[in-house]
Amino acid sequence: MSTDAIAWPSSESLSPPFVDRLHEWITTVDHKRLGIMYIVYALIFLVIGGIEATVMRIQLIRPLNDFVSPQVFNRMFTMHGTTMIFFVAMPLVFGFANYLLPLMLGARDMAFPRLNAFSFWLTAFGGLLLYFSVLGANGLYGAGNAPDVGWFAYAPLTSLAFSTGHSTDFWTLSLLVSGFGSIGTGVNIVATIISMRCPGMTLGKMPLFAWLNLVMGAMVLVVVSPLTAAQIMLMIDRYLGGHFFDTQAGGSAVIWMHFFWIFGHPEVYILVIPAFAVISEVVPVFSRKTMFGYPVMVGATVAIGFLSMSVWAHHMFTVGMSQMGNTFFVITTMAISVPTGIKIFNWLATMWGGKIIFKTPMLFAIGFLFQFLIAGLTGIMLAAAPWDWQLTASYFVVAHFHYVIVGAIIFALFGAFYYWYPKMSGKMYNETLGQWHFWLFLIGFHLTFDFMHIPGLLGMPRRIYTYEPGRGWEGWNLIVTIGVVFQALGVLVFIYNLLWSYFRGEAAGNDPWDAWTLEWSTSSPPPAYNFATMPTVRSRRPLWDLKHPEDPDWKYE
Amino acid sequence: MRTEKSTNLLAGETVRGVIVLLSLGSAAFGASAPPLSPTNIFAPNSTPADSIFNLSLFVLSVTAGIFVIVGGLLAYSVVKFRKRTNDDGREPPQVYGSNQVELAWTVIPVLIVVALFMATARVIATVQHPPMPDNAIEVVAIGHQYWWEYRYPGLKVVTANELHVPVSDPAHPTPTHIDLLSADTDHSFWVPRLAGKTDLIPNHPNSTWIDPHETGLYLGQCAQYCGTQHAKMLLRVYVQSQQDFDRWIQEQREPAHGSDAASRGQHIFETTACINCHAVAGTVADGRFGPDLTHLMSRDTIAAGAAPNNPENLKRWIQSPDTIKPGSLMPAMQLSDRDLGALTAYLETLR
Repeated sequence: MSTDAIAWPSSESLSPPFVDRLHEWITTVDHKRLGIMYIVYALIFLVIGGIEATVMRIQLIRPLNDFVSPQVFNRMFTMHGTTMIFFVAMPLVFGFANYLLPLMLGARDMAFPRLNAFSFWLTAFGGLLLYFSVLGANGLYGAGNAPDVGWFAYAPLTSLAFSTGHSTDFWTLSLLVSGFGSIGTGVNIVATIISMRCPGMTLGKMPLFAWLNLVMGAMVLVVVSPLTAAQIMLMIDRYLGGHFFDTQAGGSAVIWMHFFWIFGHPEVYILVIPAFAVISEVVPVFSRKTMFGYPVMVGATVAIGFLSMSVWAHHMFTVGMSQMGNTFFVITTMAISVPTGIKIFNWLATMWGGKIIFKTPMLFAIGFLFQFLIAGLTGIMLAAAPWDWQLTASYFVVAHFHYVIVGAIIFALFGAFYYWYPKMSGKMYNETLGQWHFWLFLIGFHLTFDFMHIPGLLGMPRRIYTYEPGRGWEGWNLIVTIGVVFQALGVLVFIYNLLWSYFRGEAAGNDPWDAWTLEWSTSSPPPAYNFATMPTVRSRRPLWDLKHPEDPDWKYE
Repeated sequence: MRTEKSTNLLAGETVRGVIVLLSLGSAAFGASAPPLSPTNIFAPNSTPADSIFNLSLFVLSVTAGIFVIVGGLLAYSVVKFRKRTNDDGREPPQVYGSNQVELAWTVIPVLIVVALFMATARVIATVQHPPMPDNAIEVVAIGHQYWWEYRYPGLKVVTANELHVPVSDPAHPTPTHIDLLSADTDHSFWVPRLAGKTDLIPNHPNSTWIDPHETGLYLGQCAQYCGTQHAKMLLRVYVQSQQDFDRWIQEQREPAHGSDAASRGQHIFETTACINCHAVAGTVADGRFGPDLTHLMSRDTIAAGAAPNNPENLKRWIQSPDTIKPGSLMPAMQLSDRDLGALTAYLETLR
């Protein structure tokens, strides 16, 4: 018998079975797949966190509403905050960094691919652990399920005396586990940028995206550690008879605040610096100009990185620090507005004299600039410590940080989705749906978060499940809740667009934006090895040099 | 200093305009409260809140100016530099940067920051822990899960949830100095029209002060999440004329007046779990976990401001506290109707 008689189907023509494909994704160490997994994971949690926010907004739509009990409301804001910071924003910035950094640096993968996979799975299991509390936290006590101590979990509310059952344990362990994942990714990002750049790409010729992510990665290494340490101390308090935060035995509730905010404030910059990174790519390409003041942008970012670690106690102006302490944190906090302002001016200068193309990524970038400006200005109001004594812990501060996290960070990341979707999927997204998403979300955002400042000025504290009529808060709360409808519609359009374009979108080609960084020189989606031949660069915009041989960048840099 | 004053004035006018607009907006939504809200931080009536208000006007005017300039430039460049339909398809001139421009937009923000910092530091220095005159009223406020305990150590008065202080004439100030302690978790004392908030943290004593300029009721509430019923840990500050305040102190120092008609209720009170947590001066009841009830009927509200103090609400509060404040630490007492009536009758004698 001859084996020639049997016609084997070529392995190319058939898609492998589902189980095999799943196995490939789960065991992958490819930075692009891990990046996409981070992003998809974050999107799932974005929907969950959004539902939690919606529950809270329905409860607050009118005074003395009884849509949910106080216990459920308290769990909702704890889970919403924890989810959005640790399992939406962090995975999103890590996802984009993972996917894009090797492509922009002309490398074939991250420096430590296995560590990369390990970090992703730690983060992923951290999120699952947090939500397993809904089933597991009752323990033997029947003491309620999801954590209800707030996302910064001030001591001593987290001690066994006030938090029976296991809800706080799930919160602590989930942040501990995902914190190790974050540190792993921080190591990987720094190592990749330091050591994996292609020939010719000196530090001064990296895309700004890489510079900003380098600062972000370094900050993760420094500031996630105190959070992790604090979680371990909390567990020692809860189960091994420790007294770090046990105020009845001489422990200090204030120490927890310091540990949390020395993480918590730089964390804002860990999230917003990658957003700056996206804007620093999108604004030049859609204004058709090179980035204005590249060295100053790098310097300002490094300055923000250092300064951001000296401002944490501005979250603690009301805890009774000395005059000296308060004054110190006023000046450091106000000082950080200088490098931040410089960044806004440089983006403006990049647009100045350009030819601005209003595609969806640029719309989101302009939204970012406008909203980040306002968020920075309300930040200055909060930095003035005496005014902060009125504003902090009120809805004003809630509006302020949502302006930063949604108005700036999420807007920039939405821009990133549309900008790199063609590269990641190989398909072009639907521009009409993209613009619908932008306008719906913009209207919803401003209805919700512009008007949220006002009840704060009128004395409405955050984290209250209900309020009495006659405080002048009800009209504003109604508007705030109406805004949620528009935001939710916007996100639905966005997700529909991602799915629809993946199956029905037109082929995008390698370089749909006529852009200038290395990721646009390879195919869409890129092959597993990224580049067939190792690229060599002579300037910050290698593809500009290629497209304009008569006027290359390297003559001017 | 002089220029800053005038900026303050100018800003004051702008901000007052904004506030009027806001109040119109609020009126449209049917808010029935005075000026805009009884807890409006822009309606200060005490020195700390006043100082903060003046600082806020300065900061607001500076930030509003920055917003108009930078936001205007942004809007201008978006409109002016959009790609035109008749575009020639060529790339615009590539500009790599300019040291002079960078220097300018570094130095100007630095100067603005210095001005803001100086104004802020001055208010910190004047508002935080100034020396108190000898005639200042000393109060110790102790935060408990979902209610406030007030002690007047010099005046030998203990009460709960409704703070009484004398009005302070700016010519002859009689400020009230409040030590802030916590019995359990973190809380925060915030009466927006009187002062900014200060936290009550266990094992970490803090203090604040107020000198209200007008009599009346000032509202506020706990501003640091402290557990399930954080939302209904309301603050009520009654600012009284000196005479009224002195009379109130006199009344509060009296022991409870028993009456024969209520002796059955008193017996129930003293033989059930009530006295584990509540005190009534002059009787065996000396519990300290819950509010002192010696002069319960002198208070307008019960359950830390969650409900008006009337017989029906008292009964509801004793029998099923969860209908008023679910998750509060007051247990449902499960008394018979007859006992409940007798107990409420006793409580109503605690004037």
